[in-house]
Amino acid sequence: MAVDLATVRRIAHLARIAISDAEAPALQGELNAILTFVEALEAVDVTGVEPMTSVTPMKLPMRDDVVTDGEIEPQVLANAPLTEDGFFVVPKVVE
Amino acid sequence: MENDVSELTSLTLAEAREGLKARRFSSRELTQAHLGAIARARGLNAFVAETPEQALAMAAASDARLAAGRAGPLEGLPIGIKDLYATKGVHTQACSHILDGFKPPYESTVTAHLWRDGAVMLGKLNMDEFAMGSSNETSYYGPVASPWLPPNWSGDKARAALAGDKRGLLIPGGSSGGSAAAVAARLCLAATATDTGGSIRQPAAVTGTAGIKPTYGRCSRWGIVAFASSLDQAGPLARTVRDCAIMLGSMAGHDPKDSTCVDRPVPNYEAAIGASIKGMTIGIPREYRLDGMNPEIEALWRRGADWLRAAGVKVVDVSLPNTRHALPAYYIVAPAEASSNLARYDGVRYGLREPGADILELYENTRAKGFGPEVRRRLMIGTYVLSAGYYDAYYVRAQKIRTLIKRDFETVFADGVDAILTPATPSPAFGIGEMGSADPVEMYLNDVFTVTVNMAGLPGLVAAAGKSTEGLPLGLQLIGRPFEEETLFSLGHAIEESAGRAPFPEPWWG
Repeated sequence: MAVDLATVRRIAHLARIAISDAEAPALQGELNAILTFVEALEAVDVTGVEPMTSVTPMKLPMRDDVVTDGEIEPQVLANAPLTEDGFFVVPKVVE
Repeated sequence: MENDVSELTSLTLAEAREGLKARRFSSRELTQAHLGAIARARGLNAFVAETPEQALAMAAASDARLAAGRAGPLEGLPIGIKDLYATKGVHTQACSHILDGFKPPYESTVTAHLWRDGAVMLGKLNMDEFAMGSSNETSYYGPVASPWLPPNWSGDKARAALAGDKRGLLIPGGSSGGSAAAVAARLCLAATATDTGGSIRQPAAVTGTAGIKPTYGRCSRWGIVAFASSLDQAGPLARTVRDCAIMLGSMAGHDPKDSTCVDRPVPNYEAAIGASIKGMTIGIPREYRLDGMNPEIEALWRRGADWLRAAGVKVVDVSLPNTRHALPAYYIVAPAEASSNLARYDGVRYGLREPGADILELYENTRAKGFGPEVRRRLMIGTYVLSAGYYDAYYVRAQKIRTLIKRDFETVFADGVDAILTPATPSPAFGIGEMGSADPVEMYLNDVFTVTVNMAGLPGLVAAAGKSTEGLPLGLQLIGRPFEEETLFSLGHAIEESAGRAPFPEPWWG
């Protein structure tokens, strides 16, 4: 399965990565090289094989449903590029 | 007592530990010697952040504990930390532009274990961006040069290249290239590293150092920047197998903050060093003998088997029929998980922010500028294989193949094989700028021998096993049963002893 230019632009948008028209053809070539490489898997017989969900057989541990942290607003915001009055700042989302 | 500085940096971790215990030198002296070596080796670009003040403060505290007879297992020993590990208040950026300025308000569990045991932090080590690479060339901070000189290069020629774009100097492997280069150049006694497809073992092999990727779940992943969560595992890189055993003993252990981290006791790994290997059985998987294989690597592999046979180990041929599917399946599973894990870098909560007219543009501009080309490529592949209509054909199929790969290993181990011996890399180190620029897959093939181990969640150790005819280090890999790292330490130590410990390169870099 090879991707066309329109698909490259669609994937980039889904991945939230801006790409220019000039970059798209080179990316298309690279992505298709990888997709060609993984194509060999289509020939493997996987009938009746369960997909792996956990590499080690273990039960997911459950902890008590209690609050273990919080009240650390300054720490949460400390690395944010833009904050105001204890909030993260983003461009206007709702008109 | 006066100590020759180069003598202090040439010690193994175990030797330095004994020296501190015997009070032949202080942690302060040992730490200063390493800080000096780091300052002289800046050209190699192994460290992306140096923490000398913190190092000296930690060394002073260690000296006090040593004097009081309260020394921990790693007391006063200076080590380097891969930039993927969160270190409280210290540069932690996964060598990516997108994490610009990030200083975590918390400490990773593994580094917390190391400090609990008395280790001293020298700084943060260079790596491929988000651990995606096999040569340390994708780092935002530029490539790392291996301390090993390219064949027939003079020190002058190498120093000139070091001052320029480093082209032609050797890669230290990746993604833990800074860790491997720093250990081989004697800038630290040992280093932390991580391994998602070979990122500890491949750098160890090409720098003549030792490294182990433990069983999935042996070390906590909490506080380590996530790449592919079902494959990522922390481990040490050091100059000897014994030093790796000492490091892993501190790094491993249960952590309720990582639900995949196992709650089982940490064995005394160092006790496995020098333990008898007589009567063990190792398997030689025929599928690892590739068409057009480098004859030197094949000869090394045979030599490794001969060494173990001479030590009383039974060597048998085994088959792992799904081996050739591992690398393609990895390039579906790992990018898929990465595309999910790296969705968090949005320009809002931390790191780089590139303005945009609306929130979508803010995301897209930030991620376009913040991620390098290899990371962008993998995120796009991951997004594609998880997208509607392709999920079953790619992702689910790859996870089924993963089951088959794991089953292959289980069959071999059930037949009485204690460990599997394989080459670590397809070739010795290549030059910076020489590989993968035209086709990304060319670079991916470096992990052909290591990636199966991550897919099956097994422990894998690489020990230095000699040199190529051109004088470059080569390593061999041992793959073990889940949580039987001790077997690997015993066998790996035997290989290292048989190969003879070769000296590391003299510091031509400064």
